[in-house]
Parts: sequence; structure tokens; C-alpha cells
Amino acid sequence: MNESLHKVGRSEIRVDGYDKVTGRTKYYEDRMPPEALYVRIKHAEKAHAIVKAVDKSRAEAIPGVVKVLSCFDVPDLPFPTAGHPWSMDPGHQDVADRHLLNRHVRYWGDDVAVVIAENEVAANQGVRALTVEYEELPFVLDAQKAMEPGAPQLHERFPNNILKHTDYRRGDYRAAIREPGLVKVEGWYETPTVQHAHIENHGCFAWMENGRITVVSSTQIPHIIRRVVGQALGRPWADIQIVKPYIGGGFGNKQDALYEPLCAWCCTQVGGRPVRIDCAREETFVSNRVRHAIRFHIVTWLRPDATIAARKVELWSNQGAYASHGHSIAAKAVNSFPQHYPCENMEGDAWTVYTNRPAAGAMRGYGMPQASFADEANIEDCARAMGMDPVEFRRLNVMPQGFHDAFSGNTNYYDSFRQCMDRGAQLIDYARKREEYSHESGNIRRGIGVATFWYNTAVYPISLETSSNRMLLNLDGSVTMQCGETEIGQGADTAYAQMAAEAIGLASYRDVHVVSCQDTDITPTGLGAYASRQTYVAGFSIRQTAGLLKEKILKYAQALTRQSPEVMDIADGKIVRKVDGAVLMSLKELAMTAQYDPVHSEHITAESTYTIRNNAYSFGCTFAEVEVDIQMCKAQVKRIVNVHDCGSLINPALAEAQVHGGQSMAIGFGLSEQLLFDEKTGRPLNNNLLDYKLSTFMDHPRLEADFIENPEPTSPFGTKALGEPPACSGAPAIRNAILQATGVAVDKLPINPHTLFAEFTKAGLIHDPWREEV
Amino acid sequence: MSQYKIVHFNLNGKDVEKVVDVRASLTDMLRNDFRLTSVKKGCEVGECGACNVLIDGEAFNSCIYLAVWAEGKQIRTLEGLTGPNGELSDIQQAFLDETAIQCGFCTPGFIMTAVEILEAGKLYSDEELRKLLSGHLCRCTGYENILRAVKKTMYRRLGLPIDF
Amino acid sequence: MYDMKALYEAQSVQDAVRLRLEHPEAQIIAGGSDVLVQMREGKRAGKELISIYMLDALRGVSVDEEDNVRIGSLTSFSHITRDPIIQKYVNVLGEAVDQVGSPQIRNIGTIGGNTCNGVTSADSASTLHAWEAVVELTGKNGVRRLPIKDFYLKAGVVDIRAEDGEIQTAILIPKESYENCFGKYIKYGMRNAMEIASLGCSVNVRLSPDRKYIRRCRIAYGVAGPVPMRVPSAEAVANGSRPTREMIDEFALAVLLDINPRDSWRSSKAFRQHIAVEMARRALTESIERAGGVIE
Repeated sequence: MNESLHKVGRSEIRVDGYDKVTGRTKYYEDRMPPEALYVRIKHAEKAHAIVKAVDKSRAEAIPGVVKVLSCFDVPDLPFPTAGHPWSMDPGHQDVADRHLLNRHVRYWGDDVAVVIAENEVAANQGVRALTVEYEELPFVLDAQKAMEPGAPQLHERFPNNILKHTDYRRGDYRAAIREPGLVKVEGWYETPTVQHAHIENHGCFAWMENGRITVVSSTQIPHIIRRVVGQALGRPWADIQIVKPYIGGGFGNKQDALYEPLCAWCCTQVGGRPVRIDCAREETFVSNRVRHAIRFHIVTWLRPDATIAARKVELWSNQGAYASHGHSIAAKAVNSFPQHYPCENMEGDAWTVYTNRPAAGAMRGYGMPQASFADEANIEDCARAMGMDPVEFRRLNVMPQGFHDAFSGNTNYYDSFRQCMDRGAQLIDYARKREEYSHESGNIRRGIGVATFWYNTAVYPISLETSSNRMLLNLDGSVTMQCGETEIGQGADTAYAQMAAEAIGLASYRDVHVVSCQDTDITPTGLGAYASRQTYVAGFSIRQTAGLLKEKILKYAQALTRQSPEVMDIADGKIVRKVDGAVLMSLKELAMTAQYDPVHSEHITAESTYTIRNNAYSFGCTFAEVEVDIQMCKAQVKRIVNVHDCGSLINPALAEAQVHGGQSMAIGFGLSEQLLFDEKTGRPLNNNLLDYKLSTFMDHPRLEADFIENPEPTSPFGTKALGEPPACSGAPAIRNAILQATGVAVDKLPINPHTLFAEFTKAGLIHDPWREEV
Repeated sequence: MSQYKIVHFNLNGKDVEKVVDVRASLTDMLRNDFRLTSVKKGCEVGECGACNVLIDGEAFNSCIYLAVWAEGKQIRTLEGLTGPNGELSDIQQAFLDETAIQCGFCTPGFIMTAVEILEAGKLYSDEELRKLLSGHLCRCTGYENILRAVKKTMYRRLGLPIDF
Repeated sequence: MYDMKALYEAQSVQDAVRLRLEHPEAQIIAGGSDVLVQMREGKRAGKELISIYMLDALRGVSVDEEDNVRIGSLTSFSHITRDPIIQKYVNVLGEAVDQVGSPQIRNIGTIGGNTCNGVTSADSASTLHAWEAVVELTGKNGVRRLPIKDFYLKAGVVDIRAEDGEIQTAILIPKESYENCFGKYIKYGMRNAMEIASLGCSVNVRLSPDRKYIRRCRIAYGVAGPVPMRVPSAEAVANGSRPTREMIDEFALAVLLDINPRDSWRSSKAFRQHIAVEMARRALTESIERAGGVIE
């Protein structure tokens, strides 16, 4: 086929772009029935307590209040919330540790009661008028402290608060470290609790129709939400209909059942009238999900030739109050190490531990931004210990070409790591700058750093990977396409349109109408948006379903053209004869004829499910250049360059935009973001957009992205993960650049002025004589 | 006991009047009474910029602006930028062309601030543009392509060659 | 929808005074960027509000007959920054309020609101202290003027007499205060926009005609104590001195004698002290340079 006829590999305009720049795109709140009752939640103002009583009387007396419901009113049906595919194996099912409202409150912000009212003011007044009587319990905020004997217990079924512990042992670590001449590089690395902070808060509304419940929700995972709502309410899953409109970002927070179950239940408590739950920003920060804070302990043993003899990794993942995605994150983090820098003798241990903090769930990168920070900080320290250039050290030790992981079945087909580093080094002029900044002194200092990461694509073989697709041939020759993998801002619908147009042979990606709004009553079952799976997994079902559709089209064309299907093809929206390229008829002619033929009328459609039993390695690196003002305790990123091998690009402009977003999140993770809790009470301190330091327009340099396009052999369109990868390696690259600039290795994120003040003081770069006098 | 007031103002070029609850924010009035759903709610305390509209040519977070203060004002929302036949303005087109939109939730607010910037008719440096746009948070784009879209439109309007 | 008991809209300054006297419990709302936020939080829920936002008479900057720079209390931050009188005489004030929050906040936020809420972190406050601004209040007994340092009583409390129906109507900067003065405001924030000051430092100097000596130096901080404050110990070091590196270092260290920042989750006392010294050093250096002086 002529190269220019390809629909993939082009920077097409987003299919949802016009509506988004005109403000017409409908998010959940834009579809709100005006009569919906407001549900507002009473959140616990204790970090750990038993609710003894809820006095509803004052709230019920407020005009406009319709109903007040408390933790004593909800069904005793514990349910899981993680946005994972259901598993038929009970051993693999998510932990069911939540109730719709909780008598045993386990964090400051837990859900105790709701007020349902005719208007927002009455609902809020009602919440303020509720009196909750608590029996206070001791609380614990730190994962390792929560494991200590005598620590407060959150869940009866999990002694010492350990949700799960996993480990691996490769070779013989203990024997290996006795090899003579080894250099030991040991460190403790810590990442903070951060939050997704999508600009649209989560919200949803529900009503009943013909005895069934419909929930319209700002979610990434409509089909999974249907199951969770069914479980939480004790109703058949098919009793529930979930509708997912456009959403204002998710980043993993909405890969969880948030308030859909509570909203659905409240609806049933007011006779099926429409009810709405709209999270305020303060609630989004605390009462949705957060990223796991993880503490790592890493010991690396280096041979004189700078190869790694043995390595030990331990990590403690702070789960917060409820299991949500649970140990999956810590497991992913700990298992990243043996593949990133393979060595024969490794030990890994990961604990996921309940604490009295907000529940941690999925967030862009799913444990890898944390692991990448710890791993790449330690590897940087290794390079330093060996007196080697950081890029050279990584070239020597990072996953080699041909590396194969038996569990996932992944192979490093190309030498992606080294290719990415070479490209990045060239773009940022690494060698020259590394040299230029090698002897920085004075107050303003510059440095350059690098970090790498790898990432799996989708969740096979840990969980089910499946994608279903439906294609309908329209009368104008265009195709309507539906799938369960959701558009959440990343541009998935546009990529699907391009892939479908390519696979079917349409003239333009505009000839594919992707039904963006998933409705579990209508949309073929899919799992939603997570695990950087969209383009990869949907690619399988798009290719397969397009094949089926094409087969049906050509079969129908056989009668009309008297040509064998084998000699025909579809190109540019027309039926053509392969050998001579003769145009036999347009798809529009075929569709009209097929639909209105008085004898053989047929609506040509195709639908299929593809069960994906592959995974794919995605790779990349970040180079960062920083400027540090030592006395002001400030580090600023001056340049940041990401290079990714995510396979072939379907839409290069959208891919680049994904990288920008990830870099931005990584800059925040590295330098400023952290959800803080009062040590004395467990109360969140900065759960708003003023005090939680999300990067603003003025906190970024120009964001630069580039790609190494090694086609992924397992993928129908050569693609692999890109959604999450850009968030992984930025923070450690910044940390390593600060290390070059100042000689100070900061092992705790965020590297904000408070951290730098402490570190620079410790390093003697800051000297306040008056402090010693005190 | 609710208190109401009639408010007269110009909305997207048209004189309008509305009876509003004095407790309403401008966001409430624009979304609920005029169905102008480009006005988004992201924080309701003036920190995210999603509800931004132009009042007499200046950018305001409508969430912390009382609806009754609209009296006599000229108010513009993103809906007012699109032509009668759905034609896009140059800045809307630039947001499309530069891939400056992802989830789209911050987009309306950003575009309206961009309108204020562009109507100043000045040539701003990147640093100045970043500052002028800094009242909007975006979690998807890292702001990079938004800067490009605004900058490109600024150059075009000033008749300057685009050399970036 | 705000949880507000009633809204009274003032039609004039006199009307506002009348409304205050009639509704002593009511809260004045100017731009609302603080009051409405607090109302939503529940802190002021169910309260009555007196809106003075529509009083255009309280907007604008002028030079009055006594040569004071007069800033109407409802003048927004962005209008202060853009105003030619401010740019000519008190440029640093324009620069300071140009660092408040975000562009949209600078369009709604007023200098009156910024001072009347009495918070120490207000970006205008340290500069107004360093320029010895005068606050004009109008009440049933007419106009009352008082120095800004006396206006701030304690954290969150200012000297406005509700019982006299007072509202703040202007902020004045006397000629003696701004003439031949050049200054610099440094805001310390954890990010570069949408930020509340961890510490704010405003310095200004008047040099001798030959620019060899500092005739007068004034320095004030926000967030170095419960209310914005001047730092006389440091000023004493600079006043009458030659602009040398040693003097500037001594000046910077002297701020510790007067400031009293606290430990909070936002910042430790030790951290605030450290950056206070560094900010004083940088702000004085910049002020001297802006005044045409050369650091020896």
C-alpha cells in the first residue's frame, strides 16, 4: 500500500477536539437532571475510631433535607473497590474491606453518614448539623510502625496490618556478597503520598428505571463499576447500568469504585429518585484514592568492574485505610528491579501495610514512579561509588537486548534502553554539560542527570486481558465503532479511529465514528482505561473485528461485483480489485444496497472479543538539567527531555502530548507534591489546590519528548505502553541532576525547599551560625 | 427564606436579564440558568481556573464571583467565541492544531484567558505568557502545547513570522 | 450556591456605612476572594454579607492635593500593577501585588480586602508597611486616618470600628514616604504561581544625592510574625551607611533580632529565619541597585 494511505502514524486532530474547544463536551455534571437530590457526605474527623452514635435530629429538621442515613443504616456487605477484572479464582479476588458507610472509621475523612437534600445549601447545612459520637482509637500513619507489635490494628483479618507480603530469591544473595573486593552501596529511599489531582473531581448521579439502577459516573472503568455496585448493594450485576460520559482526567483515581456504590444505594433509599454525589476538591484529595507512599531499602554489591554482584530490595508500601488496589502496586514495584538491572543474586521483599491514611490506589505508573526513584537513585550512587559516568554505568548494567522474562513472556527485542539514552544524551548535549557542570561552586549551581525505566503493557498474565469491539457499517460507508476501553483525555478514541480506518481500509479516520460514551447496557464488555493498555489491547480487537467486518463486506460485494472475495480488498473507502486496483464500488453503494435490498437486506456488523495473552516491554529515559539556588533552597528544572520506546506511534502528536503530561507529573512528584498529615491527629493538612503544590505554568521549563519507534512484534499495530511511562523516570533524573550540581544525594521526595534546607544544612552548604548558638 | 434579584447584563454579546438567588455564584448562574456548561467547576475556591470567564474583558474565576455582581457587566464565555455556524476562532483552532487539549476540562478556562491576552495586542515573551496563563491548573498537558497554541496565535495576530 | 443568610448591596459609601450600622453582625465583602472561600468552608456559613464590590468610587489610583498616592480600597491588584502613578512612585507595590495568587485572583482581589482581613501573608502588607502607608477609614463620624502599623491589631484583626459603621475607603502613601525611594519585594513561595507567601520581604532605600550613602532604609516582612512588621534593628544598620557587602550582611543578620516567625506545617521557624536573612540581603542589594547605588 502507498505509504500516504496509512491512517496510523499520523498526527491527526483529535476526534473529540472540536467539542472540547467549543465547550460542548458533556461531562457527568453537564448531563445532570435538574431534579437530582444532593447527597453530601459526613466524613470522620478522627483518624481511627468506632462510631458509637450519629445524632440525625438537627440535620433532619433543616428545611430541604429529605433523608439522613448513617453507617448504622447500610447493608453489611463488604465489597472491594479496585478496578481490576474480576477473577473466578477466589484467591485472586480483590480484598473486600469496605462498607458503604463505616462504623469503624479508619482514616480522617472516612465516610460516616450522608444527608440527602433538595438543594446544595441544605445538604451542606445538614452535614454540619450532624453530631457523631466516637470512641477514639490509637492510630498509626507510618507503614513500618504499623507492623510493629502493639500497633493499632485496622482490619481484624490482617494481623500486624500486613495486607500482603511477597518476596523473591534469585541465586544466593548471602553467598554472593562474600565475593572479595565488592563495594557496597546502600540507601533508604522514600516517596510521599501524592494525589492524582485531575481537574474534574469525581462525581456521579443515579436513578432507577423499571426497577434497575443507572449510574452516570466520572469513571475510567464502567464495566468494572457495574460489578462493584452490584456487589456493594447485593443486587444482580445486570441490575446495574453504568454510563461513562467524557471525563476530566482520571490518572488511576477513577480506576476504582469511588462513590458510585454509595450513590446507587442512596438512590434506592429515596424511592429511585435521581441523586447526585459531587466530590469537592477537598474530598478528592482525601476521600478518593492517593498514590502509595513507599519506603525502600536497597543494598547493591558492585564488583571492581562495575557489574552488579548481588542486590537486595525491601519495600514498605503505605496502603492507607482500605485495600483498594492493594499489594498489586508494591508487587509491581519490587518486581521491576530484577528486570531493570538484572543480576544473578537478588532478594526482594515487599510489604503492603494498612495505616490510618487515605486509601491508596492506582495512580499513573502504578508503583513504578516510586520504584524508579529508588532504583535510579541507588544506581546513581553506584555509578558515583565506582567513579563512573552515570550513563556509562547504566549502559553496562541495564537490561540487555534479548533479555527475556519468563513470567510475562516479554522480550527486549531491540536494544531500546541504550538507544533511548543515546538519543536523549544527544538531544540535551549530555556529555558536554556533564563535563561543564562537574565542578560547580558558588551559590547558583547547575547539574544534569539521567534516569531510566521499563514498563509492562497491560496486565497479562497477572489478570485477564480482554477487549471486545463492535463495528457497524453505516449507510454512508462510514463505520461506527464501540469498545469498552475508555477515552479519559489521553486520546484513545482518536487512536482507535486511526487503527480502525487502517484495518478496514477507510479513506479517513474521520470515517470511523467512535462511540465515546460507554454504556454497560450497550457497549461490548471491556475493562476500561488503565495499565497503559488502551492502544495495545484495543488494537487486537480492532484488527480482529475489522477483519470480520471486511470479510462480511467482501462477501456481500461478491454478489454485486461477481468477483471472488479473495481478489478484492477495501482501500480508501472503496471495494477494489487487488491485482489491477480497479475500483468496483464504494462502501456507501455497498452499504445502501445491502440495507435496502428487497431480497437480501443486511445490516453489516461485526463484533468480537480478543483475549490477549501477550505483554510488551515499554522503555524510556529522562534527562534533566537543574539549577539550584543553595541559599534559597530551591531547585529548578531548566530542561527536561524524555525519550520513549513505546513501539510504533499511532498519532505522534498525541503521543508527544502524553509525554508532556507525564513529565509534568514527574516534576511535581520530584520537587513539590506531597499530601501532609498532622502527626498528632492524622488530619490532612493541605487537601486543596493552594496548599498541595501541583506544578503551575510557571514551574516548568519547555518539555521535550522524542521517540525510538521499534515496532512491538506482538502488537497488531506495533504499539506498546505510553500512558503511564512518562511519569516514571522524571523524579530520579531531577534528583540525580541535583546530586551533580551540589554533591548532595537527596533520597526523599519531594525535593522541596524544606527537604533541601535540611539536606544542605547537613552537608554544610548552608551554615546558619545563630542556630548553633541556640 | 430566599432572596432574589433581577440582574441585567450582556452575555456573549446579547443583553439578558435573569432573576437570581443572591446566594448564587456566577458559575451557578451561567451553568444552571443559561446552560453554559463550558464553565467548569474544579475547586470552587478560585484555585484551578476551570470556571474562568471574561468580565469586561478581564479574566475572573466565576466560582468566587457573586451572580448579582454581573449587573451591567459584559460577560463572555467560551460559547461566545464560536461563530453562528460553528466556526472556530483562531485561538480555538490553535488549541486543536497544537494538540493543546486532552481531557478538555481546563480548556474553556484557558481559552478565555488566552482571549484576554490576545486582545491586549502585545507581543509577550514566553516567561510573560507563562505568568499570564498561570491561573489555570492542568494535569494532562504539562502546559507545553497550550503555550504553543497561545504563542502561535499571538504571532499570527501581530502579523509576525512564527519561527518556533 | 453560598450558604448566606442575606446580602445587602451598598449603593454608596454612605449607604455602606448605614448598612454596617443596621447590620452589625454582617461581614463586608469586597472582591470576595477570601470571604466567599471562608463561607464555603463553613467558617462564615449562614452569615449576612454587605457587598461593597459595586462601589466604583472606591476604585482607582490618584495623587491627591497633599501629594499622597491615593489608592481606592477596591482597586484590584492588576489595576494597581498597571497604574502609571504606581509605576512612577511606588513601583514595588505594583510588583508585590503582581505576585498575589494568579491573574484571575489579581483581577478580583482588592488592596482593601487584602489589608482588612489582617493576615500576615498578604502580599501587599509588607510593602505597605515598608512604605509607611496610611489607612483611610470612613464611618458615621467621617474620615479617620491611621498608620498601617496601627491598623493591624493582631492576627486577623484590624482596627475597623464596626460600631462606627466604618469601612476602609483608601490607602495613602505620603510623598515623604515615596519620594526618591526605590525598593524590592521578594516573595518566598514553594512554587512560582498560585502561592501563599512562606515569607514576604519588602525593602526600600533612599540614597544620598551622590548615591554614596543610604539616607533611609525601610524593611518589612510578612509571615515573620502574627502581623506584618517592620524590622528596626536592620534599618538601624543600613541608615546612614555606605552600601558595602559587609554592611548588607550585617543588615541581613540583624533582621533576626526583630522577626519572630513560627513553626507551622507550612514551614519551620528555622527555615523561615534562614530565608529571611537571605531575602533581606537580596532585597537590599536590589533596592540599592535600583536607586542607582553601587555596592562596594
